[in-house]
Amino acid sequence: MTDSKTHNDASLRLLIVDQNVMRAAILEEGLRESGYVNVTVVRDMHNLMRRIVDIDPDVIFIDLENPNRDVLEQMFQVSRCVRRPIAMFVDRSDTDMIEAAVDAGVGAYVVDGLRKERVKSILDTAVSRFNAFNKLREELDQARQALDERKVVERAKGILMKERGLSEEAAYSLLRKAAMNENRKLTEVAQSVVTAARLLR
Amino acid sequence: MMSSRAVVVGFIPLLDCAPLVVALEKGFAAAEGVHLTLVRESSWANIRDRLIVGHFDAAHMLGPMAIASTLGIGHLKVPTIAPMSLGLGGNAITVSNRLWDAMAKHGAVAGSNPRLLGEALQLAVRAREREGKEPLTFAMVYPFSAHNYELRYWLAACGIDPDRDVRLVVIPPPLLVDAMREGQIDGFCVGEPWNSLAVTVGVGTIVTPTTSIWRLSAEKVLGCRLEWAQRHPDTVTALVRAVYQAAQWCELPQNHEELSLLLAQLRYVGAPAGILQLGISNHLRLHASAQPVPVPDFYLSARGNANFPWTSHALWFYSQMIRWGQVEFSPTDLAQVRATFRPDLYRLALAPLGAELPFADSKIEGGASGFFDDRVFDPEAFTEYLHAT
Repeated sequence: MTDSKTHNDASLRLLIVDQNVMRAAILEEGLRESGYVNVTVVRDMHNLMRRIVDIDPDVIFIDLENPNRDVLEQMFQVSRCVRRPIAMFVDRSDTDMIEAAVDAGVGAYVVDGLRKERVKSILDTAVSRFNAFNKLREELDQARQALDERKVVERAKGILMKERGLSEEAAYSLLRKAAMNENRKLTEVAQSVVTAARLLR
Repeated sequence: MMSSRAVVVGFIPLLDCAPLVVALEKGFAAAEGVHLTLVRESSWANIRDRLIVGHFDAAHMLGPMAIASTLGIGHLKVPTIAPMSLGLGGNAITVSNRLWDAMAKHGAVAGSNPRLLGEALQLAVRAREREGKEPLTFAMVYPFSAHNYELRYWLAACGIDPDRDVRLVVIPPPLLVDAMREGQIDGFCVGEPWNSLAVTVGVGTIVTPTTSIWRLSAEKVLGCRLEWAQRHPDTVTALVRAVYQAAQWCELPQNHEELSLLLAQLRYVGAPAGILQLGISNHLRLHASAQPVPVPDFYLSARGNANFPWTSHALWFYSQMIRWGQVEFSPTDLAQVRATFRPDLYRLALAPLGAELPFADSKIEGGASGFFDDRVFDPEAFTEYLHAT
Protein backbone atom coordinates (compact mmCIF):
# COMPACT_ATOMS: atom_id res chain seq x y z
CA MET A 1 0.00 0.00 0.00
CA THR A 2 1.30 3.46 -0.80
CA ASP A 3 1.65 5.95 2.03
CA SER A 4 -0.53 8.54 0.35
CA LYS A 5 -3.44 6.10 0.44
CA THR A 6 -2.97 5.42 4.12
CA HIS A 7 -3.18 9.09 4.87
CA ASN A 8 -5.94 10.07 2.51
CA ASP A 9 -8.85 8.00 3.75
CA ALA A 10 -11.38 9.12 1.18
CA SER A 11 -9.33 7.51 -1.55
CA LEU A 12 -9.30 4.11 0.11
CA ARG A 13 -10.44 1.49 -2.35
CA LEU A 14 -13.40 -0.42 -0.99
CA LEU A 15 -14.79 -3.50 -2.68
CA ILE A 16 -18.20 -5.06 -2.06
CA VAL A 17 -18.72 -8.67 -3.13
CA ASP A 18 -22.42 -9.42 -2.97
CA GLN A 19 -24.81 -11.25 -5.27
CA ASN A 20 -27.75 -9.50 -3.65
CA VAL A 21 -28.25 -6.34 -5.68
CA MET A 22 -30.29 -4.47 -3.10
CA ARG A 23 -28.01 -5.16 -0.17
CA ALA A 24 -24.92 -4.23 -2.20
CA ALA A 25 -26.61 -0.97 -3.19
CA ILE A 26 -27.49 -0.12 0.41
CA LEU A 27 -23.93 -0.76 1.54
CA GLU A 28 -22.44 1.16 -1.38
CA GLU A 29 -24.64 4.14 -0.64
CA GLY A 30 -23.68 4.11 3.03
CA LEU A 31 -19.98 4.04 2.28
CA ARG A 32 -20.30 6.84 -0.26
CA GLU A 33 -22.26 8.91 2.23
CA SER A 34 -19.40 8.46 4.65
CA GLY A 35 -17.12 10.06 2.09
CA TYR A 36 -15.49 7.09 0.36
CA VAL A 37 -15.39 7.72 -3.33
CA ASN A 38 -13.71 4.54 -4.53
CA VAL A 39 -16.39 1.94 -3.93
CA THR A 40 -16.71 -0.96 -6.37
CA VAL A 41 -19.40 -3.63 -6.33
CA VAL A 42 -18.76 -7.08 -7.78
CA ARG A 43 -21.78 -9.31 -8.33
CA ASP A 44 -20.41 -11.68 -10.91
CA MET A 45 -18.43 -14.41 -9.19
CA HIS A 46 -16.55 -15.38 -12.33
CA ASN A 47 -12.89 -14.57 -12.23
CA LEU A 48 -13.30 -13.06 -8.79
CA MET A 49 -9.58 -13.28 -8.22
CA ARG A 50 -8.72 -11.44 -11.43
CA ARG A 51 -11.20 -8.70 -10.55
CA ILE A 52 -9.71 -8.29 -7.10
CA VAL A 53 -6.20 -8.07 -8.50
CA ASP A 54 -7.39 -5.38 -10.94
CA ILE A 55 -9.28 -3.38 -8.31
CA ASP A 56 -6.54 -3.83 -5.70
CA PRO A 57 -8.83 -2.96 -2.77
CA ASP A 58 -7.80 -1.89 0.71
CA VAL A 59 -10.92 -3.36 2.28
CA ILE A 60 -13.19 -6.09 0.95
CA PHE A 61 -16.71 -6.65 2.22
CA ILE A 62 -18.47 -9.91 1.52
CA ASP A 63 -21.89 -11.20 2.38
CA LEU A 64 -21.41 -14.06 4.83
CA GLU A 65 -23.89 -16.25 2.99
CA ASN A 66 -21.59 -16.15 0.00
CA PRO A 67 -19.69 -19.44 -0.23
CA ASN A 68 -16.97 -17.63 -2.17
CA ARG A 69 -15.62 -16.43 1.17
CA ASP A 70 -13.44 -19.55 1.20
CA VAL A 71 -12.08 -18.60 -2.21
CA LEU A 72 -11.09 -15.18 -0.84
CA GLU A 73 -9.44 -16.59 2.25
CA GLN A 74 -7.15 -18.82 0.26
CA MET A 75 -6.17 -15.97 -2.03
CA PHE A 76 -5.05 -14.02 0.99
CA GLN A 77 -3.15 -16.90 2.46
CA VAL A 78 -1.22 -18.20 -0.50
CA SER A 79 -1.57 -15.96 -3.51
CA ARG A 80 1.49 -14.18 -4.68
CA CYS A 81 -0.41 -11.80 -6.91
CA VAL A 82 -2.60 -10.25 -4.22
CA ARG A 83 -1.09 -8.16 -1.46
CA ARG A 84 -1.62 -9.88 1.82
CA PRO A 85 -4.62 -8.55 3.64
CA ILE A 86 -5.09 -9.77 7.15
CA ALA A 87 -8.12 -11.85 7.65
CA MET A 88 -11.14 -9.96 8.80
CA PHE A 89 -9.96 -7.68 11.60
CA VAL A 90 -7.29 -5.34 12.65
CA ASP A 91 -6.74 -6.28 16.19
CA ARG A 92 -6.70 -9.87 17.21
CA SER A 93 -8.40 -9.07 20.47
CA ASP A 94 -11.31 -7.41 18.71
CA THR A 95 -13.87 -10.16 19.01
CA ASP A 96 -16.57 -7.53 19.60
CA MET A 97 -16.00 -6.23 16.11
CA ILE A 98 -16.13 -9.72 14.69
CA GLU A 99 -19.27 -10.50 16.58
CA ALA A 100 -21.04 -7.36 15.36
CA ALA A 101 -20.07 -8.13 11.78
CA VAL A 102 -21.02 -11.79 11.94
CA ASP A 103 -24.34 -10.90 13.55
CA ALA A 104 -25.05 -8.49 10.73
CA GLY A 105 -23.99 -11.05 8.16
CA VAL A 106 -21.02 -9.21 6.74
CA GLY A 107 -17.41 -10.29 6.50
CA ALA A 108 -14.59 -7.80 6.03
CA TYR A 109 -11.03 -8.28 4.86
CA VAL A 110 -8.59 -5.52 5.51
CA VAL A 111 -5.20 -4.94 3.97
CA ASP A 112 -2.53 -5.02 6.63
CA GLY A 113 -1.30 -1.60 7.66
CA LEU A 114 -4.58 0.27 7.53
CA ARG A 115 -5.09 2.40 10.64
CA LYS A 116 -7.30 0.74 13.17
CA GLU A 117 -9.59 3.73 13.80
CA ARG A 118 -10.33 3.98 10.09
CA VAL A 119 -11.16 0.32 9.79
CA LYS A 120 -13.49 0.53 12.75
CA SER A 121 -15.50 3.38 11.26
CA ILE A 122 -15.70 1.72 7.82
CA LEU A 123 -16.79 -1.48 9.43
CA ASP A 124 -19.34 0.30 11.62
CA THR A 125 -20.88 1.77 8.49
CA ALA A 126 -21.01 -1.65 6.87
CA VAL A 127 -22.54 -3.27 9.93
CA SER A 128 -25.23 -0.63 10.35
CA ARG A 129 -26.06 -0.85 6.65
CA PHE A 130 -26.32 -4.61 6.75
CA ASN A 131 -28.54 -4.33 9.81
CA ALA A 132 -30.69 -1.81 7.95
CA PHE A 133 -30.98 -4.24 5.08
CA ASN A 134 -31.93 -7.09 7.41
CA LYS A 135 -34.59 -4.94 9.00
CA LEU A 136 -35.94 -4.07 5.59
CA ARG A 137 -36.02 -7.73 4.66
CA GLU A 138 -37.84 -8.60 7.89
CA GLU A 139 -40.43 -5.95 7.18
CA LEU A 140 -40.82 -7.29 3.68
CA ASP A 141 -41.23 -10.82 5.04
CA GLN A 142 -43.82 -9.60 7.53
CA ALA A 143 -45.72 -7.79 4.81
CA ARG A 144 -45.63 -10.89 2.65
CA GLN A 145 -46.76 -13.05 5.53
CA ALA A 146 -49.64 -10.67 6.29
CA LEU A 147 -50.67 -10.87 2.66
CA ASP A 148 -50.50 -14.68 2.73
CA GLU A 149 -52.61 -14.73 5.89
CA ARG A 150 -55.21 -12.51 4.32
CA LYS A 151 -55.32 -14.79 1.30
CA VAL A 152 -55.92 -17.87 3.41
CA VAL A 153 -58.78 -16.19 5.30
CA GLU A 154 -60.31 -15.15 1.95
CA ARG A 155 -60.05 -18.71 0.69
CA ALA A 156 -61.60 -20.19 3.84
CA LYS A 157 -64.45 -17.70 3.62
CA GLY A 158 -65.04 -18.71 -0.01
CA ILE A 159 -65.16 -22.38 0.94
CA LEU A 160 -67.69 -21.77 3.74
CA MET A 161 -69.83 -19.58 1.51
CA LYS A 162 -69.93 -22.24 -1.18
CA GLU A 163 -70.29 -25.35 1.00
CA ARG A 164 -72.70 -23.94 3.53
CA GLY A 165 -74.44 -21.28 1.51
CA LEU A 166 -73.38 -18.48 3.87
CA SER A 167 -72.96 -14.81 3.20
CA GLU A 168 -69.44 -13.44 3.32
CA GLU A 169 -70.11 -11.77 6.65
CA ALA A 170 -71.58 -14.93 8.18
CA ALA A 171 -68.64 -16.99 6.91
CA TYR A 172 -66.21 -14.58 8.52
CA SER A 173 -67.99 -14.49 11.85
CA LEU A 174 -68.13 -18.31 11.88
CA LEU A 175 -64.38 -18.44 11.44
CA ARG A 176 -63.85 -15.85 14.15
CA LYS A 177 -66.15 -17.64 16.57
CA ALA A 178 -64.33 -20.93 16.00
CA ALA A 179 -61.01 -19.21 16.58
CA MET A 180 -62.23 -17.67 19.85
CA ASN A 181 -63.74 -20.92 21.10
CA GLU A 182 -60.60 -22.91 20.36
CA ASN A 183 -58.28 -20.14 21.48
CA ARG A 184 -56.45 -20.19 18.14
CA LYS A 185 -55.50 -17.55 15.65
CA LEU A 186 -57.99 -16.73 12.91
CA THR A 187 -55.47 -17.64 10.22
CA GLU A 188 -54.86 -21.02 11.85
CA VAL A 189 -58.54 -21.86 11.75
CA ALA A 190 -58.78 -20.58 8.19
CA GLN A 191 -55.80 -22.74 7.23
CA SER A 192 -57.41 -25.85 8.71
CA VAL A 193 -60.61 -25.15 6.76
CA VAL A 194 -58.60 -24.86 3.54
CA THR A 195 -56.64 -28.03 4.33
CA ALA A 196 -59.77 -29.99 5.25
CA ALA A 197 -61.52 -28.86 2.09
CA ARG A 198 -58.57 -30.02 0.01
CA LEU A 199 -58.53 -33.42 1.74
CA LEU A 200 -62.29 -33.88 1.28
CA ARG A 201 -62.27 -32.93 -2.35
CA MET B 1 -33.41 -37.31 35.24
CA MET B 2 -30.80 -35.53 33.17
CA SER B 3 -31.48 -31.91 32.40
CA SER B 4 -31.43 -31.05 28.72
CA ARG B 5 -28.45 -29.10 27.42
CA ALA B 6 -28.89 -26.92 24.35
CA VAL B 7 -26.06 -27.32 21.85
CA VAL B 8 -25.83 -25.53 18.50
CA VAL B 9 -23.65 -27.23 15.90
CA GLY B 10 -22.72 -25.86 12.47
CA PHE B 11 -22.11 -28.12 9.47
CA ILE B 12 -21.28 -28.04 5.76
CA PRO B 13 -23.37 -30.08 3.29
CA LEU B 14 -21.15 -33.15 2.91
CA LEU B 15 -21.64 -36.87 3.39
CA ASP B 16 -19.66 -36.91 6.62
CA CYS B 17 -22.03 -34.59 8.46
CA ALA B 18 -24.08 -37.82 8.71
CA PRO B 19 -23.35 -38.64 12.37
CA LEU B 20 -24.55 -35.17 13.41
CA VAL B 21 -27.76 -35.42 11.39
CA VAL B 22 -28.44 -38.91 12.74
CA ALA B 23 -27.69 -37.83 16.31
CA LEU B 24 -30.52 -35.33 15.95
CA GLU B 25 -32.98 -37.19 13.72
CA LYS B 26 -32.73 -40.63 15.33
CA GLY B 27 -32.86 -39.36 18.87
CA PHE B 28 -29.31 -40.20 20.01
CA ALA B 29 -28.75 -36.62 21.14
CA ALA B 30 -32.05 -36.43 23.01
CA ALA B 31 -31.27 -39.74 24.74
CA GLU B 32 -28.06 -38.18 26.08
CA GLY B 33 -29.91 -35.11 27.28
CA VAL B 34 -28.63 -32.92 24.45
CA HIS B 35 -31.04 -30.56 22.77
CA LEU B 36 -29.23 -30.39 19.44
CA THR B 37 -29.72 -27.67 16.84
CA LEU B 38 -27.95 -28.08 13.49
CA VAL B 39 -27.17 -25.06 11.34
CA ARG B 40 -26.18 -25.54 7.71
CA GLU B 41 -23.38 -23.23 6.64
CA SER B 42 -22.13 -22.21 3.24
CA SER B 43 -18.41 -21.77 3.84
CA TRP B 44 -15.70 -23.11 6.11
CA ALA B 45 -14.73 -19.55 6.99
CA ASN B 46 -18.25 -19.05 8.38
CA ILE B 47 -17.96 -22.22 10.44
CA ARG B 48 -14.75 -20.90 11.97
CA ASP B 49 -16.03 -17.36 12.60
CA ARG B 50 -19.35 -18.43 14.07
CA LEU B 51 -17.58 -20.87 16.36
CA ILE B 52 -15.25 -18.06 17.49
CA VAL B 53 -18.04 -15.62 18.29
CA GLY B 54 -20.11 -18.28 20.01
CA HIS B 55 -22.99 -18.67 17.56
CA PHE B 56 -21.96 -22.32 17.43
CA ASP B 57 -20.97 -24.40 20.43
CA ALA B 58 -19.37 -27.03 18.22
CA ALA B 59 -18.96 -27.70 14.52
CA HIS B 60 -18.35 -30.20 11.75
CA MET B 61 -14.78 -29.12 11.04
CA LEU B 62 -11.92 -30.00 8.78
CA GLY B 63 -9.31 -31.64 11.03
CA PRO B 64 -6.55 -29.19 10.02
CA MET B 65 -8.91 -26.24 10.65
CA ALA B 66 -8.98 -26.99 14.36
CA ILE B 67 -5.18 -26.97 14.33
CA ALA B 68 -4.99 -23.74 12.31
CA SER B 69 -7.30 -22.02 14.82
CA THR B 70 -5.28 -23.30 17.77
CA LEU B 71 -2.05 -22.03 16.23
CA GLY B 72 -3.59 -18.82 14.88
CA ILE B 73 -2.55 -19.44 11.26
CA GLY B 74 -4.40 -17.29 8.75
CA HIS B 75 -6.82 -15.90 11.30
CA LEU B 76 -7.38 -15.35 14.99
CA LYS B 77 -5.67 -17.58 17.49
CA VAL B 78 -8.47 -19.33 19.31
CA PRO B 79 -7.53 -22.56 21.09
CA THR B 80 -9.79 -25.19 19.56
CA ILE B 81 -10.08 -28.87 20.38
CA ALA B 82 -11.37 -31.99 18.68
CA PRO B 83 -12.75 -34.44 21.24
CA MET B 84 -13.72 -36.84 18.44
CA SER B 85 -13.28 -37.56 14.75
CA LEU B 86 -16.38 -37.65 12.54
CA GLY B 87 -15.04 -40.49 10.40
CA LEU B 88 -12.30 -41.56 8.04
CA GLY B 89 -11.94 -41.13 4.27
CA GLY B 90 -14.83 -40.19 2.01
CA ASN B 91 -12.88 -38.02 -0.46
CA ALA B 92 -11.91 -38.51 -4.08
CA ILE B 93 -10.04 -36.73 -6.85
CA THR B 94 -12.11 -36.02 -9.94
CA VAL B 95 -10.94 -34.58 -13.26
CA SER B 96 -12.83 -33.12 -16.20
CA ASN B 97 -13.59 -35.58 -18.97
CA ARG B 98 -11.24 -33.65 -21.21
CA LEU B 99 -8.34 -34.04 -18.79
CA TRP B 100 -9.22 -37.70 -18.29
CA ASP B 101 -8.98 -38.24 -22.07
CA ALA B 102 -5.55 -36.62 -22.04
CA MET B 103 -4.48 -38.82 -19.12
CA ALA B 104 -5.83 -41.91 -20.93
CA LYS B 105 -3.65 -41.06 -23.94
CA HIS B 106 -0.71 -41.19 -21.56
CA GLY B 107 -1.66 -44.59 -20.22
CA ALA B 108 -4.19 -43.91 -17.43
CA VAL B 109 -6.55 -46.84 -16.85
CA ALA B 110 -9.72 -46.31 -14.80
CA GLY B 111 -9.48 -47.82 -11.35
CA SER B 112 -5.74 -48.45 -11.43
CA ASN B 113 -3.41 -47.41 -8.61
CA PRO B 114 -2.62 -43.79 -7.79
CA ARG B 115 1.01 -44.19 -8.85
CA LEU B 116 0.12 -45.13 -12.45
CA LEU B 117 -2.63 -42.54 -12.60
CA GLY B 118 -0.32 -39.84 -11.26
CA GLU B 119 2.35 -40.73 -13.81
CA ALA B 120 -0.19 -40.36 -16.62
CA LEU B 121 -1.19 -36.98 -15.19
CA GLN B 122 2.44 -35.95 -15.02
CA LEU B 123 2.92 -36.82 -18.70
CA ALA B 124 -0.19 -34.79 -19.53
CA VAL B 125 1.18 -31.84 -17.53
CA ARG B 126 4.54 -32.00 -19.34
CA ALA B 127 2.81 -32.26 -22.72
CA ARG B 128 0.86 -29.08 -21.97
CA GLU B 129 4.07 -27.32 -21.00
CA ARG B 130 5.68 -28.29 -24.31
CA GLU B 131 2.63 -27.05 -26.18
CA GLY B 132 2.81 -23.75 -24.31
CA LYS B 133 -0.66 -24.19 -22.78
CA GLU B 134 -1.74 -22.72 -19.44
CA PRO B 135 -1.10 -24.95 -16.43
CA LEU B 136 -3.97 -27.15 -15.24
CA THR B 137 -6.12 -25.77 -12.41
CA PHE B 138 -7.07 -28.02 -9.51
CA ALA B 139 -9.47 -27.03 -6.76
CA MET B 140 -9.72 -28.11 -3.18
CA VAL B 141 -12.12 -26.99 -0.51
CA TYR B 142 -10.01 -25.06 2.00
CA PRO B 143 -6.31 -24.40 2.57
CA PHE B 144 -6.39 -26.19 5.94
CA SER B 145 -7.98 -29.44 4.84
CA ALA B 146 -7.11 -33.09 4.36
CA HIS B 147 -8.17 -32.54 0.73
CA ASN B 148 -5.45 -29.98 0.16
CA TYR B 149 -2.80 -32.19 1.73
CA GLU B 150 -3.94 -35.42 0.04
CA LEU B 151 -4.02 -33.77 -3.37
CA ARG B 152 -0.59 -32.20 -2.86
CA TYR B 153 0.84 -35.44 -1.46
CA TRP B 154 -0.28 -37.37 -4.54
CA LEU B 155 0.87 -34.75 -7.04
CA ALA B 156 4.27 -34.34 -5.40
CA ALA B 157 4.87 -38.10 -5.11
CA CYS B 158 4.15 -38.39 -8.85
CA GLY B 159 6.65 -35.68 -9.81
CA ILE B 160 4.22 -32.77 -10.11
CA ASP B 161 5.04 -29.66 -8.07
CA PRO B 162 1.65 -28.54 -6.72
CA ASP B 163 2.83 -24.92 -6.46
CA ARG B 164 4.61 -24.68 -9.80
CA ASP B 165 3.30 -27.23 -12.29
CA VAL B 166 -0.40 -26.73 -11.63
CA ARG B 167 -2.58 -24.01 -10.17
CA LEU B 168 -4.33 -24.81 -6.90
CA VAL B 169 -7.42 -22.86 -5.98
CA VAL B 170 -10.09 -23.09 -3.30
CA ILE B 171 -13.72 -23.59 -4.27
CA PRO B 172 -16.41 -24.62 -1.76
CA PRO B 173 -17.94 -28.08 -2.34
CA PRO B 174 -21.38 -27.02 -3.67
CA LEU B 175 -19.77 -24.87 -6.39
CA LEU B 176 -17.25 -27.40 -7.69
CA VAL B 177 -19.35 -29.25 -10.23
CA ASP B 178 -20.45 -26.02 -11.91
CA ALA B 179 -16.90 -24.70 -11.94
CA MET B 180 -15.79 -27.86 -13.74
CA ARG B 181 -18.68 -27.72 -16.18
CA GLU B 182 -17.77 -24.15 -17.04
CA GLY B 183 -14.15 -25.11 -17.63
CA GLN B 184 -12.79 -22.98 -14.77
CA ILE B 185 -11.06 -25.98 -13.24
CA ASP B 186 -9.62 -29.23 -14.61
CA GLY B 187 -9.83 -31.26 -11.44
CA PHE B 188 -10.75 -31.20 -7.77
CA CYS B 189 -10.41 -33.04 -4.50
CA VAL B 190 -13.56 -33.08 -2.38
CA GLY B 191 -15.71 -35.26 -0.14
CA GLU B 192 -18.81 -37.07 -1.33
CA PRO B 193 -21.38 -36.62 -2.78
CA TRP B 194 -19.73 -34.00 -4.97
CA ASN B 195 -17.45 -36.39 -6.91
CA SER B 196 -20.31 -38.73 -7.73
CA LEU B 197 -22.48 -35.78 -8.68
CA ALA B 198 -19.86 -34.57 -11.20
CA VAL B 199 -19.76 -38.06 -12.69
CA THR B 200 -23.53 -38.46 -12.77
CA VAL B 201 -24.12 -35.18 -14.58
CA GLY B 202 -21.41 -36.17 -17.06
CA VAL B 203 -18.79 -33.48 -16.44
CA GLY B 204 -16.09 -35.48 -14.67
CA THR B 205 -14.32 -38.78 -14.13
CA ILE B 206 -13.17 -39.96 -10.71
CA VAL B 207 -9.42 -40.60 -10.87
CA THR B 208 -9.02 -42.11 -7.43
CA PRO B 209 -10.56 -42.16 -3.99
CA THR B 210 -8.08 -40.49 -1.65
CA THR B 211 -8.19 -43.61 0.51
CA SER B 212 -5.95 -45.12 -2.18
CA ILE B 213 -3.48 -42.33 -1.42
CA TRP B 214 -3.75 -42.63 2.36
CA ARG B 215 -5.76 -45.57 3.65
CA LEU B 216 -7.91 -44.90 6.72
CA SER B 217 -7.14 -41.21 6.34
CA ALA B 218 -8.14 -38.62 8.91
CA GLU B 219 -10.86 -36.23 7.81
CA LYS B 220 -13.45 -34.15 9.72
CA VAL B 221 -13.63 -33.68 13.45
CA LEU B 222 -16.15 -32.43 15.92
CA GLY B 223 -14.50 -29.16 16.90
CA CYS B 224 -15.21 -26.71 19.71
CA ARG B 225 -13.45 -23.91 21.54
CA LEU B 226 -11.24 -25.13 24.38
CA GLU B 227 -12.76 -22.51 26.64
CA TRP B 228 -16.30 -23.74 25.90
CA ALA B 229 -15.29 -27.35 26.54
CA GLN B 230 -13.75 -26.36 29.88
CA ARG B 231 -16.91 -24.59 30.94
CA HIS B 232 -19.19 -27.44 29.83
CA PRO B 233 -17.36 -30.73 30.40
CA ASP B 234 -20.58 -32.71 30.87
CA THR B 235 -22.05 -31.37 27.65
CA VAL B 236 -18.91 -32.38 25.74
CA THR B 237 -19.21 -35.89 27.17
CA ALA B 238 -22.90 -36.14 26.31
CA LEU B 239 -22.35 -34.80 22.81
CA VAL B 240 -19.47 -37.22 22.09
CA ARG B 241 -21.59 -40.13 23.29
CA ALA B 242 -24.56 -39.11 21.16
CA VAL B 243 -22.51 -38.58 18.00
CA TYR B 244 -20.54 -41.80 18.58
CA GLN B 245 -23.76 -43.83 18.77
CA ALA B 246 -25.13 -42.04 15.73
CA ALA B 247 -21.95 -42.89 13.80
CA GLN B 248 -22.41 -46.55 14.75
CA TRP B 249 -25.96 -46.39 13.42
CA CYS B 250 -24.66 -44.96 10.13
CA GLU B 251 -22.40 -47.98 9.60
CA LEU B 252 -25.18 -50.57 9.62
CA PRO B 253 -26.07 -51.59 6.04
CA GLN B 254 -29.75 -51.87 6.92
CA ASN B 255 -29.73 -48.13 7.72
CA HIS B 256 -27.97 -46.95 4.56
CA GLU B 257 -31.12 -46.28 2.58
CA GLU B 258 -32.75 -44.34 5.40
CA LEU B 259 -29.54 -42.40 5.93
CA SER B 260 -29.32 -41.42 2.27
CA LEU B 261 -32.94 -40.20 2.37
CA LEU B 262 -32.26 -38.20 5.53
CA LEU B 263 -29.19 -36.52 4.09
CA ALA B 264 -30.88 -35.87 0.74
CA GLN B 265 -33.15 -33.29 2.38
CA LEU B 266 -32.40 -29.74 1.37
CA ARG B 267 -31.73 -28.66 4.95
CA TYR B 268 -28.90 -31.21 5.20
CA VAL B 269 -26.85 -32.16 2.12
CA GLY B 270 -29.48 -31.57 -0.54
CA ALA B 271 -28.18 -34.06 -3.13
CA PRO B 272 -30.12 -36.98 -4.67
CA ALA B 273 -30.43 -39.95 -2.28
CA GLY B 274 -29.23 -42.39 -4.93
CA ILE B 275 -25.96 -40.52 -5.31
CA LEU B 276 -25.47 -40.22 -1.54
CA GLN B 277 -26.03 -43.92 -1.13
CA LEU B 278 -23.01 -44.73 -3.31
CA GLY B 279 -20.52 -43.24 -0.85
CA ILE B 280 -22.47 -44.41 2.20
CA SER B 281 -22.27 -48.01 0.97
CA ASN B 282 -18.59 -47.69 -0.09
CA HIS B 283 -19.20 -47.58 -3.84
CA LEU B 284 -18.11 -45.16 -6.53
CA ARG B 285 -19.08 -44.82 -10.16
CA LEU B 286 -15.84 -43.68 -11.80
CA HIS B 287 -17.32 -42.54 -15.08
CA ALA B 288 -20.84 -41.76 -16.31
CA SER B 289 -20.85 -44.81 -18.59
CA ALA B 290 -19.48 -47.19 -15.94
CA GLN B 291 -21.24 -49.24 -13.26
CA PRO B 292 -20.61 -48.43 -9.59
CA VAL B 293 -17.74 -50.48 -8.19
CA PRO B 294 -17.11 -51.34 -4.54
CA VAL B 295 -14.34 -49.31 -2.90
CA PRO B 296 -13.55 -51.08 0.39
CA ASP B 297 -13.05 -48.72 3.33
CA PHE B 298 -13.89 -45.69 1.20
CA TYR B 299 -15.81 -44.01 4.01
CA LEU B 300 -15.87 -45.18 7.61
CA SER B 301 -18.26 -43.40 9.92
CA ALA B 302 -17.47 -45.62 12.93
CA ARG B 303 -15.72 -48.87 11.97
CA GLY B 304 -12.05 -49.29 12.81
CA ASN B 305 -12.12 -46.71 15.60
CA ALA B 306 -13.02 -44.11 12.98
CA ASN B 307 -14.17 -41.67 15.68
CA PHE B 308 -10.99 -41.84 17.73
CA PRO B 309 -9.13 -38.49 17.56
CA TRP B 310 -5.62 -39.86 17.02
CA THR B 311 -2.81 -37.55 18.07
CA SER B 312 -0.85 -38.94 15.12
CA HIS B 313 -3.53 -37.61 12.76
CA ALA B 314 -3.15 -34.09 14.16
CA LEU B 315 0.63 -34.38 13.90
CA TRP B 316 0.53 -35.57 10.28
CA PHE B 317 -1.68 -32.59 9.40
CA TYR B 318 0.82 -30.30 11.11
CA SER B 319 3.68 -31.91 9.14
CA GLN B 320 1.83 -31.06 5.92
CA MET B 321 1.21 -27.47 7.03
CA ILE B 322 4.95 -27.13 7.44
CA ARG B 323 5.75 -29.00 4.24
CA TRP B 324 3.62 -26.66 2.14
CA GLY B 325 4.79 -23.46 3.80
CA GLN B 326 1.63 -22.58 5.75
CA VAL B 327 3.61 -22.38 8.99
CA GLU B 328 7.16 -22.86 10.19
CA PHE B 329 8.04 -25.63 12.59
CA SER B 330 8.26 -24.68 16.23
CA PRO B 331 8.42 -26.89 19.32
CA THR B 332 5.79 -24.69 21.02
CA ASP B 333 3.39 -25.20 18.13
CA LEU B 334 4.12 -28.91 18.16
CA ALA B 335 3.01 -29.09 21.79
CA GLN B 336 -0.16 -27.12 20.99
CA VAL B 337 -0.97 -29.41 18.08
CA ARG B 338 -0.62 -32.40 20.39
CA ALA B 339 -3.19 -30.82 22.68
CA THR B 340 -5.70 -30.08 19.88
CA PHE B 341 -6.99 -33.60 19.25
CA ARG B 342 -8.25 -34.91 22.59
CA PRO B 343 -8.27 -38.71 22.90
CA ASP B 344 -8.48 -38.22 26.69
CA LEU B 345 -11.91 -36.59 26.41
CA TYR B 346 -13.04 -39.28 23.98
CA ARG B 347 -11.98 -42.02 26.37
CA LEU B 348 -13.62 -40.25 29.28
CA ALA B 349 -16.93 -40.06 27.40
CA LEU B 350 -16.96 -43.56 25.95
CA ALA B 351 -15.30 -45.84 28.50
CA PRO B 352 -18.55 -46.06 30.54
CA LEU B 353 -20.40 -47.22 27.40
CA GLY B 354 -18.03 -50.17 27.07
CA ALA B 355 -16.85 -48.86 23.69
CA GLU B 356 -13.86 -50.55 22.15
CA LEU B 357 -10.95 -48.16 22.66
CA PRO B 358 -7.39 -48.35 21.29
CA PHE B 359 -4.56 -48.80 23.79
CA ALA B 360 -2.49 -45.87 22.57
CA ASP B 361 -3.39 -42.27 21.63
CA SER B 362 -1.00 -42.21 18.72
CA LYS B 363 0.00 -44.69 16.04
CA ILE B 364 2.42 -45.05 13.19
CA GLU B 365 0.66 -43.90 10.02
CA GLY B 366 1.84 -46.30 7.39
CA GLY B 367 1.75 -50.04 6.94
CA ALA B 368 -1.87 -51.14 7.31
CA SER B 369 -3.12 -47.52 7.28
CA GLY B 370 -0.52 -46.74 4.68
CA PHE B 371 0.39 -44.10 2.17
CA PHE B 372 0.53 -45.19 -1.47
CA ASP B 373 4.22 -44.33 -1.79
CA ASP B 374 5.07 -46.65 1.14
CA ARG B 375 6.33 -43.80 3.29
CA VAL B 376 5.75 -44.15 7.01
CA PHE B 377 4.86 -41.38 9.41
CA ASP B 378 6.15 -42.08 12.88
CA PRO B 379 4.87 -39.30 15.17
CA GLU B 380 7.77 -39.98 17.53
CA ALA B 381 10.18 -39.13 14.70
CA PHE B 382 8.43 -35.95 13.64
CA THR B 383 11.43 -33.85 12.63
CA GLU B 384 13.04 -36.77 10.77
CA TYR B 385 9.84 -37.08 8.72
CA LEU B 386 9.94 -33.37 7.93
CA HIS B 387 13.50 -33.59 6.72
CA ALA B 388 12.71 -36.54 4.51
CA THR B 389 10.00 -34.64 2.61
